[in-house]
Amino acid sequence: MEALIALFIGLVTGCGIYLILRMRTFPVVLGLTLLSYAVNLFLFAMGRLTVGAPPVIRVDATHYADPLPQALVLTAIVIGFAMTAFVIVLALKARAELGSDAVDGRPDQ
Amino acid sequence: MSAPLLSGLAPAHLVAAPVLLPLFAGVLLLLAGRLEPLPRRILGLSSSLAQVALALALLVATASGDILVYALGDWPAPFGIVLVADRLAAWMLLVTALVALFALFHASRGDDLEGRHFHVLFQLQLFGLNGAFLTGDLFNLFVFFEILLLASYGLLLHGGGPERTRAGLHFVVINLTGSTLFLFAVGALYGVLGTLNMADLAVKTAAAPAENLGVVRAAGLLLFAVFALKAALLPLYLWLPAAYASASPAVAALFAIMTKVGAYGLLRVYTLIFGAGAGGAAGLIDAWLLPLALATLALGALGALASRQLRHQVAYFVVASIGSLLTAFGLGSASGIAAGLYYLPHTTFAAAAFFLLAEAIARRRGTLADRLDPGPELIGSAGLGALFFVAAILVAGLPPLSGFLGKFMTLRAAVDHPALPWVMGIVLSAGLLSMVALARSGSLLFFRAQGRIEGATAPATLAELAPILALLGLCVTLTLWAGPASEFARATADQLLAPHGYVHAVLGQGG
Repeated sequence: MEALIALFIGLVTGCGIYLILRMRTFPVVLGLTLLSYAVNLFLFAMGRLTVGAPPVIRVDATHYADPLPQALVLTAIVIGFAMTAFVIVLALKARAELGSDAVDGRPDQ
Repeated sequence: MSAPLLSGLAPAHLVAAPVLLPLFAGVLLLLAGRLEPLPRRILGLSSSLAQVALALALLVATASGDILVYALGDWPAPFGIVLVADRLAAWMLLVTALVALFALFHASRGDDLEGRHFHVLFQLQLFGLNGAFLTGDLFNLFVFFEILLLASYGLLLHGGGPERTRAGLHFVVINLTGSTLFLFAVGALYGVLGTLNMADLAVKTAAAPAENLGVVRAAGLLLFAVFALKAALLPLYLWLPAAYASASPAVAALFAIMTKVGAYGLLRVYTLIFGAGAGGAAGLIDAWLLPLALATLALGALGALASRQLRHQVAYFVVASIGSLLTAFGLGSASGIAAGLYYLPHTTFAAAAFFLLAEAIARRRGTLADRLDPGPELIGSAGLGALFFVAAILVAGLPPLSGFLGKFMTLRAAVDHPALPWVMGIVLSAGLLSMVALARSGSLLFFRAQGRIEGATAPATLAELAPILALLGLCVTLTLWAGPASEFARATADQLLAPHGYVHAVLGQGG
């Protein structure tokens, strides 16, 4: 399972980086979103992958899942969500004000 | 919160006050959004003034070498989040509060009305900045970075206009990418070391088994990339000139402190977590920092020389100043770090003053604005010219003012360093290039002027020049008090290079 998760995080990160380097704002926003998905999964995996283990103390539990990465991921998701919303609005504003959806704001050739 | 504040600033809560005050002021300002401008300005300015007082109180409390630790919710470190005030944090807080006060004073003359919520964003920016300087937790540092960045996105776009939108888009996208890298680094460190408390990270890094060192070092270098991006170190500086040159003047002046957050992060993380005592992860960036800083300095000076607009030129001086600052830090010795810490407030105040001055000049040149072309005679050019002259001396680092002292201390600290010829050569030639660039701008703006502009604007009033005078005055104060200031900087450097005091202060009380 570790290898699969690692491969998947690598794939999503790669796609994110490719999209960020695109010229139009829409792929760039998608790329940022993919990157933040990748980093959320990465943070989550940093608490080690466990199945069916409780994150809080229970009398009959023999092993636990690390609760801290889950809290970190939650924070990262909230921040990432707000940032995505902001960058979308900014991209729309740029489209309206600069007359082009190219990242550098130059009109189309 | 207000009770301990009123009862003579109880030291126990003093550490949290610089974080809470701008947050509460920001929230209050948000609620007061429908009020007249005057009460909002008074609220914002009094919050900034109180932050100067708090920073001074913290500076006094930490000057003796005490490290104040504030455990949020009284959860002991490393399980809870701690705020830590040492000499470095107090020094940064004071510089931030002073720059913010005068930038806000400048904005309160009318620029704050160009968009809604200027004062809210301004206070939230200070909330993020103060939090970043005080926090003792790496993930919390990320959160405060996000807060200060989100506020800065709003502030950068304040006033609107296509130029700001274009620069803002680049600024936002590159910083979001930087934040992702920060999270990768934090996640990797947590995955291997199992903690995020910076003092605990220092302990765990030093004791990391050999098979984990690769991940720790990779995370450390990722953090370097993140802080280098915030600090605008070569090759990650490209976002800065356009963003700073297009921001409204008070915002650009406040942003003079923003690159220093990256420098602070570098200094904190690479003396504490990856310091000399970190075993296999020690000296992680030694091979990178000094060459990159010197290259940034050279490039900043060249950029300033090539600029066709005064505000672009000042923005390139900000790039050059981060080069000088990180050159001093990159020497790695106590005297080098001390030189950098003395140089830091100087360059922040000087750059902020210069941004405000560039606006005052541009306002009197009609459609030419701040373009560096011969234009009409400036109204009241004597006063503006004198200020330009003082600011130029400060920025170029000429005697007798603080820029020269900072540069001199850096060069003296480099005497025993193997890279001395490089440091000496690049610092001095960058100074020369800056001087040439400023002489060219000065003569274009003030001497090669002919004719008068139609519908001439009034000469600058004292209220308009007061924030510039105050910021330049702070640099003069720094020159006059160079003795105490450099002694404090030296004590701060010594404290940073002996991180066991920090570790003991944070972890010792938790048992």
